[in-house]
Amino acid sequence: MNIERRLVRKDSLEKLFDILRQNKKTVFAPVMKNGKASFKPVGSFSSIAEDYIQTTQSSKEVIFPRVEKFLDYEKNGKEVSIKGFDYQSVTETVLWGVRPCDTIGFGTLNSIFNWDFKDEIFNARLSKTIILSFSCNKSDDYCFCTSVGGNPGSTAGSDILFTKLGADGDYLAEVVTEKGQAIVALASELFEKTESVEKEKFLANVPVKFNQEEIRKKLEKFFKSSQWVEQSLKCLGCGACAFVCPTCACFDIQDDAHGKIGSRMRCWDSCGYSQFTVHTSGHNPRSVQSQRWRQRIMHKFSYMPERLSVYGCTGCGRCSRACPADMNILEHLISIQEVKI
Amino acid sequence: MDDLRKRAKELIDTSAVKVVIGYEQGTGNKTRALFVENSEVADKLIFDSRCVQNLAAYVTKQEVKSKGKMAITATLPVMRAIIQLASEFQVNDDNLIVIGITPESKIIDFKNLEEVETYVHQFQIEIDARNREILDKLDKMTPSERWKFWIDELSPCFKCYACRAACPMCYCSRCTVDFNRPQWIPVSSNELGNLEWHFMRAMHLTGRCVDCDACANACPLAIPINLLTKKMIEDAKSDFGGYQPSLKGENLLSTFKPDDKENFIQ
Repeated sequence: MNIERRLVRKDSLEKLFDILRQNKKTVFAPVMKNGKASFKPVGSFSSIAEDYIQTTQSSKEVIFPRVEKFLDYEKNGKEVSIKGFDYQSVTETVLWGVRPCDTIGFGTLNSIFNWDFKDEIFNARLSKTIILSFSCNKSDDYCFCTSVGGNPGSTAGSDILFTKLGADGDYLAEVVTEKGQAIVALASELFEKTESVEKEKFLANVPVKFNQEEIRKKLEKFFKSSQWVEQSLKCLGCGACAFVCPTCACFDIQDDAHGKIGSRMRCWDSCGYSQFTVHTSGHNPRSVQSQRWRQRIMHKFSYMPERLSVYGCTGCGRCSRACPADMNILEHLISIQEVKI
Repeated sequence: MDDLRKRAKELIDTSAVKVVIGYEQGTGNKTRALFVENSEVADKLIFDSRCVQNLAAYVTKQEVKSKGKMAITATLPVMRAIIQLASEFQVNDDNLIVIGITPESKIIDFKNLEEVETYVHQFQIEIDARNREILDKLDKMTPSERWKFWIDELSPCFKCYACRAACPMCYCSRCTVDFNRPQWIPVSSNELGNLEWHFMRAMHLTGRCVDCDACANACPLAIPINLLTKKMIEDAKSDFGGYQPSLKGENLLSTFKPDDKENFIQ
């Protein structure tokens, strides 16, 4: 559909929020705690954080939770009874205040979870989620969305994208999808007709730092480079980068067993962990951190574009901000680009 | 700074060590680990109050250790960690040289780990005033208030294990939490699983923790997990007379004495 452009007065955002709540929608929005913004279910407009560049974690958790219970089981002699995933438990959820580098990530996750096997639980959550995103009017040195095909005002993946027109201004609302139109219909008086608005001048300036297509081509011949060892020596091997990432989708299936009863669930996993690829035999094909770091970069910038036709990075910079050892993905990608092969 | 760079160059140029571990300017306002393997790189070494990552976490890493003999830029908490690691047979004079550094950026030359130990023993492990105040507040809470405090603080934890990775004392190649046959600690990051993980970690660090705050600094979600280990330091002091890392290897909670005053152990 064509993008519809409307004007939302700055005072109307709170009214919109209240209307969503009145319509019994769960609203996830950024909330500040210990100086970090993260997505939480919120009941009042005033608890939504405003002054931050980026939430520490991406909003992927709403659609791809860190722990997703698939089933409960009960053993009774030789019989096993299974209670499967309850699709009725997936209710309509609004994601409020998402940045364009997160909304683009939902498309990436969608490609992963529907690559060969169609992940019905993921799809159920995605179809029930309405994404109300906000353009970025500021950025920091860790941001690089424009180098990976995004931009601070990109509508990709949003149902409605709001852009603040000036520091104390009203909002341009770009209604991108039918889900977005349904929200407009709930509160049509808040979405005024408007002439065309130049939103670009209100967006953050994020300079292009590298060419991802060049990186992809270079990586084809880069597998044995000594750069992986140099880059990864300071990596401590935790999973912070993967867990804050809007597109990292690796998981592990775990059982939580208590005698005759138990449950089976999907838990986030990270290729940075030394145990990620350990075989039952004890052999580990990625026995050192440089091989794990290589996998992270290759997966995002070589394997994913090859197999899924999407890149696995949205340039949000979260991994670099979260890393306790200052492994900065942008710095590493630039140094890969600069290497002559 | 010049002294530090000079010392690093000297160690590399005379082949006394293969790698010097220090700090360099990182991205944003961060500092980060620098591995000096040739003397030109030594010019990147810096030291200031932002350099709080505990570099001792690298000396047990196979990727760093395999380079050969190491030297490490060590503040007091790093020195304590080194002595504790030495007492647990993870480092020794043959594979590590310590370049001590005071808060005023003055270099201390140590001939061996015994000298490091002597230096370290001049200072007691003391909880700072700000955290002391928080611990007092926690002590005064009722058990249910305290339970709520920890559930609130720990439930955001997504078990990335940055705390474990940044801790010089968490060097086990296979952590208890990674075992699944049997599974001691729930893998999923739910409320109970998170509590069990952090409490288990605090218990394993009791009598060993050097109070460097690396775990809390590493946490991407800014969870004050170091309060747990700080509380353990306090308890170790009041119940067991406190501890100092020691080359003699007498770990506070893993040392058996035939004349122990508790009779359950005899």
